[in-house]
Amino acid sequence: MTNNKDKTLLDNSGVDKTGVDKTLGEVLRSQGVSRRSFLKFCAATASMMAMSPAMIPKIAHALESARRPSVIWLSFQECTGCTESLTRAHTATIESLIFDFISLDYHHTLQAAAGHAAEEAREAAMKENDGKYLLVVDGSIPMDNPGYSTIAGISNYDMLMETAKGAAAIIAVGTCATYGGIPHADPNPTGAVSVGDLIKDKPIINVPGCPPIPVVITGVLMHFLTFGTIPELDHIGRPKVFYGQSIHDRCYRRPFYDKGLFAETFDDEGAKKGWCLYKLGCKGPTTYNACATTKWNDGTSWPIEAGHPCLGCSEPDFWDGGGFYKSLSMPTENITQTAIYTVAGAAAAGVALGAMNKNKKSSAVAAHNKTTIDDLEK
Amino acid sequence: MTEIEFLNWVRGPGFQIAVVIFIAGIIIRFAEILLLGRKTNLAEAKGSEMSGGLRTIVTRSFPDRGTFQRSTFTIVAGYIFHIGLFVTIFLFAPHILMFKDVIGFSWPSLPTPVVDAVAVVTIIALLAVLAHRMSNTVLKFLTNTEDLLVWLVTILPLITGYIAFHRIGMTAPSLLAIHILSVELLLVILPFTKLMHAFTFVLSRWYNGAISGYRGVES
Repeated sequence: MTNNKDKTLLDNSGVDKTGVDKTLGEVLRSQGVSRRSFLKFCAATASMMAMSPAMIPKIAHALESARRPSVIWLSFQECTGCTESLTRAHTATIESLIFDFISLDYHHTLQAAAGHAAEEAREAAMKENDGKYLLVVDGSIPMDNPGYSTIAGISNYDMLMETAKGAAAIIAVGTCATYGGIPHADPNPTGAVSVGDLIKDKPIINVPGCPPIPVVITGVLMHFLTFGTIPELDHIGRPKVFYGQSIHDRCYRRPFYDKGLFAETFDDEGAKKGWCLYKLGCKGPTTYNACATTKWNDGTSWPIEAGHPCLGCSEPDFWDGGGFYKSLSMPTENITQTAIYTVAGAAAAGVALGAMNKNKKSSAVAAHNKTTIDDLEK
Repeated sequence: MTEIEFLNWVRGPGFQIAVVIFIAGIIIRFAEILLLGRKTNLAEAKGSEMSGGLRTIVTRSFPDRGTFQRSTFTIVAGYIFHIGLFVTIFLFAPHILMFKDVIGFSWPSLPTPVVDAVAVVTIIALLAVLAHRMSNTVLKFLTNTEDLLVWLVTILPLITGYIAFHRIGMTAPSLLAIHILSVELLLVILPFTKLMHAFTFVLSRWYNGAISGYRGVES
């Protein structure tokens, strides 16, 4: 647990004035979700989040009585891929119902309101749920010139700082919000920074990925609703339950890596046999994410299963690793060119030094005085 | 600096700096040795310098009976770790990828578990060599700081590589970055210490053989 372990961030006793005053249990029942499937969901969640089975009734009880938390979602320098990832559910799963359950008071892609009305909704939600609302951020914040990205004439920085003030916790969604992502890639033209770079006094949960896995965000939300705290995080702010193990360690192609069987190209025999993609630039060995276990599109598949190496999208600076198809053991710079220039320069320096040494030697020989019998008799 | 930034640095600018120092150091040292030249031998030649020199480059790789009996441990352990270094550096698939990226061509690799086992044997041999050096009175007396330094920079890439492969203790990007950094340390130190023998052994053996060859005796 983090240092927030003892502090409950979500006040369940508070009645949400902005939305319908229903508990999650009531919402689920009204949607026709049976008690059995609800408990099955709680059991699956407990196991997914590596909790003991004894926690299942507690999760069920906490979720049933949880009240709608107000959520403000801010989108800065982003591509809306994160929102796409979270909203494109094929079937009405319990996860998506829980996502529906939150009171999403501001999200400029999804909300119906526009212009002043939209900003008023955000301000109203902030005022009414001061200190209790969840702030979700996707996208990075430009610090070079505030004009690079504004919403309703407000710079991203000002909006983030203003909205973060009254938040119970912040969930940074996607690699842009967590580590700067693509806008932060070299040469970082907008001076993009992450949420964690700017805000130091609020609990921040980083949910990186380009985009992040939908179940990871619902899992984090579940944890918040059940315990009122943020989950245990790793050294770069990611929930350990989802980012605790590397892609490489959980990869079903790992036995081929261990045996040294690699696909050399995308269409060779090794690729057809499903061998390891390390040589094709896979960043699985240095990437921590849950793709290998939870998979994508309702557990259908994931990039490596589809035959493409991992890009390492849930790690900081994944865009600057020297290329997606360059193996981890390859240098990122053009070393051949460096070596050629060095050989030329060093050869010249070597000849010069050699000439100096030769000169020194011949002047030493010339300066040498021979000892005579007279010298010895002195 | 995040660990991925650290990894990107050692794979990028860090590696570049190390390669520049490594190549420049080797070339400058060779230029100095070769340009210094040798005194003209005024004695009459009784044999060929070239044939004696070339033969000695090869024959010095094999110990004669007397030397082997006197220094069995040094020779056996020395062979083990030199062959081990060759296998781990040049026959491990990810390393070959690195060479291919720099020099443009590649060669077949050994199966990963074989390289893994060789790495362990090599580490043990290097530890044994140090233990022998420190327990033998004469060797201990002859040991200076440079000897210990070159031992350290040689064993470090092996140990960090083993740990990085087995992913022990730390997160993977840091382990890989530390391994690459330890190799860069070796590259930077190599040209300016006795590790330079990896390149100069050819020259020194040739000179030894050539002197004997000129005199018409076996070296």
